[in-house]
Amino acid sequence: MFVRLVYESFRRQKRRKLLAGAAITLGVTVATAMIAVATDIGDKINRELRTIGANLVVTPQEDTLDVEIGGVNLKPPSDGAFLNEADLPKIKGTFWHNNITGFAPMLPVSVTLQRGGKVENLTLLGTYFAKQISFGKEEFKTGVRTTHPWWKVSGSWPDDSSRDVLVGERLAARLSAKVDDSLVLSGRQLRVGGILSTGGDEDNEIVAPLALAQEILGKPQAVRRVYVSALTKPEDAFARRDPKSMSGAVYDRWYCSPYPQSIAFQLREAIPHSHAEQIRQVAQNEGAILTRIEGLIFLVTLAALFASALAVSAAMATAIFERRAEVGLMKALGAGRVAVASVFFAEATLLALMGGVLGFATGGMLARQIGRSIFNSQITIAPVVLPVILAIAVIVTFTGSAAAIRKAVELDPVFALRGEL
Amino acid sequence: MNSGTSEPVRDVIANRSKAPHTSMFVRMLLRAAVLRRGRAAAALLAMVVAAAVATAMLNLYVDVQAKLRREFRNYGANLILVGKDGASLPPDALSRAERVVAGRGTSAPFALVVARTSDGQPVVVAGTDFERVRQLDRWWSVSNWPVAPKQALVGVRALQLVSPNNHPFDLSFQGHTIQVTPVGTVQTGSAEDSRIYLSLSDFVYWTGVQPSTVEVAATGSPEEIAAIMRQLQKALPAAEVRPVRQIMEGEARVLGKTRATLLAATALIILTAALCVLSTLMGWVFDRRRDFAIMKALGASDRLMNGFFAAEAAALGATGALIGFVLGVGIAAWIGRVNFHAAVTPRFSVLPLVVAGSMVVTLLAAIVPISSLRRVQPAVILRGE
Repeated sequence: MFVRLVYESFRRQKRRKLLAGAAITLGVTVATAMIAVATDIGDKINRELRTIGANLVVTPQEDTLDVEIGGVNLKPPSDGAFLNEADLPKIKGTFWHNNITGFAPMLPVSVTLQRGGKVENLTLLGTYFAKQISFGKEEFKTGVRTTHPWWKVSGSWPDDSSRDVLVGERLAARLSAKVDDSLVLSGRQLRVGGILSTGGDEDNEIVAPLALAQEILGKPQAVRRVYVSALTKPEDAFARRDPKSMSGAVYDRWYCSPYPQSIAFQLREAIPHSHAEQIRQVAQNEGAILTRIEGLIFLVTLAALFASALAVSAAMATAIFERRAEVGLMKALGAGRVAVASVFFAEATLLALMGGVLGFATGGMLARQIGRSIFNSQITIAPVVLPVILAIAVIVTFTGSAAAIRKAVELDPVFALRGEL
Repeated sequence: MNSGTSEPVRDVIANRSKAPHTSMFVRMLLRAAVLRRGRAAAALLAMVVAAAVATAMLNLYVDVQAKLRREFRNYGANLILVGKDGASLPPDALSRAERVVAGRGTSAPFALVVARTSDGQPVVVAGTDFERVRQLDRWWSVSNWPVAPKQALVGVRALQLVSPNNHPFDLSFQGHTIQVTPVGTVQTGSAEDSRIYLSLSDFVYWTGVQPSTVEVAATGSPEEIAAIMRQLQKALPAAEVRPVRQIMEGEARVLGKTRATLLAATALIILTAALCVLSTLMGWVFDRRRDFAIMKALGASDRLMNGFFAAEAAALGATGALIGFVLGVGIAAWIGRVNFHAAVTPRFSVLPLVVAGSMVVTLLAAIVPISSLRRVQPAVILRGE
């Protein structure tokens, strides 16, 4: 009888069930989409923050002081120590390699420019543009086009194996150099592939593939410093502790958290004779901004959950209130309070489960759509969340209907049947 | 009045005649709310909550940009003033720049030379205003800021070279020598680590070199910053004003994405809240089909009925929206305090939007059940079928 009551109620009152089901579905959709966005927003914003530039820098351990003003290096170029280019792919072998979005080695060298009989000293910066690198089985592309996305080139980016160079825009204006011109730099005839605009010191420099700079310097494999862009977790007191003072388990926890400090520590381990450090301007501030945005979206998600819980409760209360006459009839025929309530609760559970599954699916699609249109990347929701969402849907539907069911059960059947309320 | 009227009815009539005269229309509106207090309160509550959530979200959406811009200013300068072709800036460059950005940002001057240590090693020495740098470059990790003259702030890498034991050391530039005491170290992970910072007055007295760079952190929208750039260029024709592009672009991207996410969330939340109001109100109106039938049986015209329910919906919408607005402003302010440590100022421009939206939703909630009821004969409703 119980099963038949519930079944018939769904079969005969399609409109009402559809309305309540639609409310639950919408509520769960919004909740799922917001939870998906909230759990992923940190990663997405972190990636956007990478447009501000690398947050870690690797330098040789025994490096001498930089004597550099406005991009002009006053230190003899052969002076100081270098990193070995062959060690760089090891960056992708560190524990947090999936968090490293890219790296770019830098090697500034002094070159002489011969032009109309005059000789001029310039800085040439060797780097990767978008170099294909392999580490183990992994293939990836890295270079300034990933780590320095604000660099703009008119003309074309040179290939990393070519002998083309980029000329900084202010230098180009001074030399009146154009794309496809050729420059004689330290006795080599090089083609200008493009004009580079960065808004920084590079505007006064020549930027070339790393191999070319090494050849000019006469030190194959030499790299002065490496900029590393990594997705990091905002720094806290734990992050600032000295790893040497930690005991085993604590050290493991520190090592396996993507703090700027621990990633720098792993870079030091990966590259021999190196010193890795966070670039505080970038690393410190992004932590603050990330915390703010995550906090904001978290609070907004709470508001969304609250609103959808309310919507579901309101729809359920209305649906039950409309069925007072039915309750009256059931009670007049001798149904107890428990029997009446259990019919309603069974119906609510069924509705919540169906609405929950449907809402989870549409919410997942909505989150994906938001990810694609706002961040140009996927926001996926883990299937593990489904039981949690279903549990929430059932609880909310229950609490939403509880007050209405209690009222309906306590009703005097006489009034209900006469329709006087 | 005929004599057959019973006692209680006569009392009621006597009471009514003494009561202040209000039109039937207003009386019906008020009595409808008072008599079914529970249901009316539920509908109003739904409206208030929906309006509050909508107000809070819209307020946040409008304000979050300003809040995040402030956070981004912690990245330091977004504009740089340099002398054209490497020349020094005029001595009054800082005060002129300060006049332009007054109240809209902070600025700090920098002068740089390459000096020699006592054993002939080259090192970059900078002169600056420590108070200003403290405001501008908050990411500098400084152990102790210099306060007295002849005190130096030394980069962590430079310290190894010039004064490993923290003893006073000599610096010479073009034959002039100055002895300074290291009082603190600075660590930033970039060029600053290899430099020595002196106060600008010591630096100018020692080298005679004026600042070549003024870094400016200007707050505002991209348009406002472009305006500041133009004003700076006008105030300092001898200087070149350059934007720090990675900061500006990164800021624009992050702000844009955050706002877009917030907009999507706002739209979803308002939609859900509206649905909540819609289902509650529709239930309420549908519940009163008996009133509807009696009014119609007593000869009320369709126009009167529509007017009655529309007025009721509008009154409910407006009341709910006003209370909700006040609540929502409170919620937004609380979120601002918790998350950004600064209150979100109430935006009254949001009010008409919330009121209009609430009234549209309530009217919609009234129209749907009414139009479905209109097709039904009053007799059928009154029989309770």
